[in-house]
Amino acid sequence: MVLEAAGRWRPLANDNLHDPESPAIGVLQEPAEALSQLPPDTSGNLVNWVKALEEGKINPRTNIRPETKVRIRDTDVLMTETGEMPVVRFPHKAHTMWLDCSNCHEQYFISKVGANPINMLKILEGKYCGRCHGAVAFPLTECKRCHSVPRNKIKP
Amino acid sequence: MARFLSQLKSMHRVSRLLLWVCALMTMLPLHAEYGDVVLNRRAEKEGMPPVIYPHWFHRIRFRCKVCHFELGFEMRAGSNDVTMQDIIDGKFCGMCHNDEVAWGVENCDLCHSGRPGMKSHIYGGHQTAGPGIW
Repeated sequence: MVLEAAGRWRPLANDNLHDPESPAIGVLQEPAEALSQLPPDTSGNLVNWVKALEEGKINPRTNIRPETKVRIRDTDVLMTETGEMPVVRFPHKAHTMWLDCSNCHEQYFISKVGANPINMLKILEGKYCGRCHGAVAFPLTECKRCHSVPRNKIKP
Repeated sequence: MARFLSQLKSMHRVSRLLLWVCALMTMLPLHAEYGDVVLNRRAEKEGMPPVIYPHWFHRIRFRCKVCHFELGFEMRAGSNDVTMQDIIDGKFCGMCHNDEVAWGVENCDLCHSGRPGMKSHIYGGHQTAGPGIW
């Protein structure tokens, strides 16, 4: 189990970032130790972070300052102009469990359906959804997680 | 004809070797952990190794909104001009790295643990190596 986990997540001393001579090696937690305990995934950190949160496997703090208002929104947005690909369903819930409204609105996304000229090229450049997806949230190879609604299931 | 056949054979051998290399590369994680950030806007100029910020470690304990909303970290590697004085004053990392929530600033080596010469960037990729603008 430990060996298997060690093979899936690269040790800090050997990750091309940490200096193997750094006194931090051996003190900092190893990725395999923490991530092997969480719901698995096939990309990114190999952890399904949304599931980990929903199932209570992790309970990350929502705020540090007691006066901070923690905002959650539970509406879905359908993005239908997706060419031949299935329609994109954007779940506000899964996103606001992690992020505040102001992280996306209005700096990256205007809060009006149809007002954001999003396309995959821009996302691949790190704009719009690509600000996080492909960097810290699940990567852009996971097409069907966003393009999840077949066109014929959409009510006219 | 015989020469052509032996050439074909050696080409076959090379392509098989290449296939093995590709297979090995997909099996082994060759990168840092997904979402790892190197911060080196000031560190090396001021004589310290670059900082490595692991998103995976922090998101187990804090939601994104804590740092990117409450603490005001812009969501782009290298775009936050953070000084040690800011941190000592309780801003940015110093909101938690104060010996109360997490270890304090006297533990220099734990954050300043990167190999020399790395640029501020988001590293680590599993299938994608991060978006173009980084």
